[in-house]
Amino acid sequence: MSKSLKVLKDKSCSEISDKGDGFSHDGNSWFYTDKVKEHFFHPVNIFRTTEEAKEFEKIADGVGMVGSPACGDGMKMFIMVDQKNDRLKEVKWQTYGCGTAIASTSAFSVMLTKKGGMKIDDALKITPKEIADYIGGIPPRKFHCSVLADKAFREAVNDYFRKTGQLERIKGEKVEVIDNVLKITTADIEHAVLEGAVDFEAVQRKTKVGIHDKNCIPKVKELIEKYKEKYYGDE
Amino acid sequence: MKKIYLDNSATTSMNNEVKNEMDKCISKVYGNPGSFHREGLIAKNAVADSRERVSKIIGSKSSEIVFTSGGTESINLAIKGRAFAMQGKKKHIITSTIEHPAVLETCRYLEKKGFEVSYISPDKDGLIDVNEVEKSIREDTFLVSIIYANNEIGVIQDINKLSKICNAKNITFHTDACQAAGYLDIDVKNLGVDMMTLNGSKIYGPKGVGLLYVKTGTLIEPLFHGGGQEMNKRAGTENVPGIMGFAKALEIVVDEREIEVERLTILRDKLIEGIIKKIPKTKLNGHAKKRLPNNVNVSFLDVEGEAILLYLDSKGVYASSGSACTSSTLDPSHVILAMGIPYEYAHGSIRFSLGKDTTAEDIDYVLEILPEIVENLRNISPFNVDEKKLEVKNE
Repeated sequence: MSKSLKVLKDKSCSEISDKGDGFSHDGNSWFYTDKVKEHFFHPVNIFRTTEEAKEFEKIADGVGMVGSPACGDGMKMFIMVDQKNDRLKEVKWQTYGCGTAIASTSAFSVMLTKKGGMKIDDALKITPKEIADYIGGIPPRKFHCSVLADKAFREAVNDYFRKTGQLERIKGEKVEVIDNVLKITTADIEHAVLEGAVDFEAVQRKTKVGIHDKNCIPKVKELIEKYKEKYYGDE
Repeated sequence: MKKIYLDNSATTSMNNEVKNEMDKCISKVYGNPGSFHREGLIAKNAVADSRERVSKIIGSKSSEIVFTSGGTESINLAIKGRAFAMQGKKKHIITSTIEHPAVLETCRYLEKKGFEVSYISPDKDGLIDVNEVEKSIREDTFLVSIIYANNEIGVIQDINKLSKICNAKNITFHTDACQAAGYLDIDVKNLGVDMMTLNGSKIYGPKGVGLLYVKTGTLIEPLFHGGGQEMNKRAGTENVPGIMGFAKALEIVVDEREIEVERLTILRDKLIEGIIKKIPKTKLNGHAKKRLPNNVNVSFLDVEGEAILLYLDSKGVYASSGSACTSSTLDPSHVILAMGIPYEYAHGSIRFSLGKDTTAEDIDYVLEILPEIVENLRNISPFNVDEKKLEVKNE
């Protein structure tokens, strides 16, 4: 066999890999890494039955929930707190979501509870990007799925603060109206960026921001940059 | 590991006979059909022969067949080509909300260029009301394009009735018949269509080749300009092996159609009935009988489609989902939503599209593993939607 033929044979179709990360036709990463898949197929800190979750809810120190079945994703988090040391003893969760939501929440729950549990203040500093990095990265377009865990966790911590009378520690998301005609808020812009709208045109398509209230456009552009930096970092 | 491919509406595997035909062609026919010598003549004859065979199958003249690079190009050529030919004369197009993106995006593009488009919504079973199409016709309507059998839910439209209405008012009628080709009558005279799109990748043929049937007298502007190939409707050197493979593939599916329809209908109904019986809070999307014999599209409440796909994939079953998480826009299937089906169902929709290699054992295997997958995912879900409270809105 001549050399060139051998090269051809080595690169035949049967050798095409079925492993790891792939790219969709729009050039974005699409398939999951093996690491994400591992957390997806073997999630930890979950309940095996809905009854188990109901029982745990009765004794949990804090419970938080975000999303809805109509949105296509939802997350509920339950925390147990070591009050003396202000550390997380247990973090459990339930999710209605895709592979990313399940894998990233599983990973997040491990991050929060390993080595005797994180201090609550430190836990609140974890960013969605750090969760993504912990599981070896997730497709950029699926980023918003991993944010659910973060949001539900914050809700659960606030619930704990409320129950224990630590009202001064409750951190609400500061939501501000940006577009005064359509009453579009900073949270709406943040949501659009998370769903992959990373320039003004795309955000406008999703939210209709700045169509009637043109004055807000420069501020919206600033916000988009801010949220891009927050969620996507330097990528 | 098992490998059960149930995504034949996305694309099919290649039939061995087709492959052999193409192998033969690739090694022997290399000339340019436009060349003035023996090698060129061989290639020219190969294309002419394929055109002749294909035209016989769809009941057209061979001069009415334009070979293209596939379904998307054929649709673009039909809609844009017809629109550009009518520019300045008429400007209204009618289509449906459950078309393939190739139709919808082409129409949206034309709207930006000054054309006007009416989008007809289907009923809750995915059927387009012929009367509604008729009511939408205006003085300046020049084109109606309706998909023959839908790619997501497999629902079959009454193309014959639709084309009759259009013919009576001298409006061009185009149908996207890519999914229908292997299972339904594609004779253009029986259907009464003026233009019809077919492609190779859904009929066990090669990818990257398709055709547009253009009835004599239907003027279209070409999208590609160049050497005048395909009767001046599509310039560019012909994809000779692709065209030969496509013709062969079409012959085979049409030849085996009757037997396959009967066989797959049984398997389809077995899968649908099995899923509905074994898994609670499940809904079939699209009409139960007026659907392709290879299409099963079901929704599971309280679970997200992509998560189901990942589990199926790990067990060697390959399907697809209308879930928001598997689409590039992060919106759930436009087809399912167009039927008025609530979002709660759309996010948990799975399409199994059967094919020539699907066996009863494959269906048994899916029915064996699927209930557990759904149950596991429901166990970790915080929701428990009451299906009685969800309303399907299109009546």
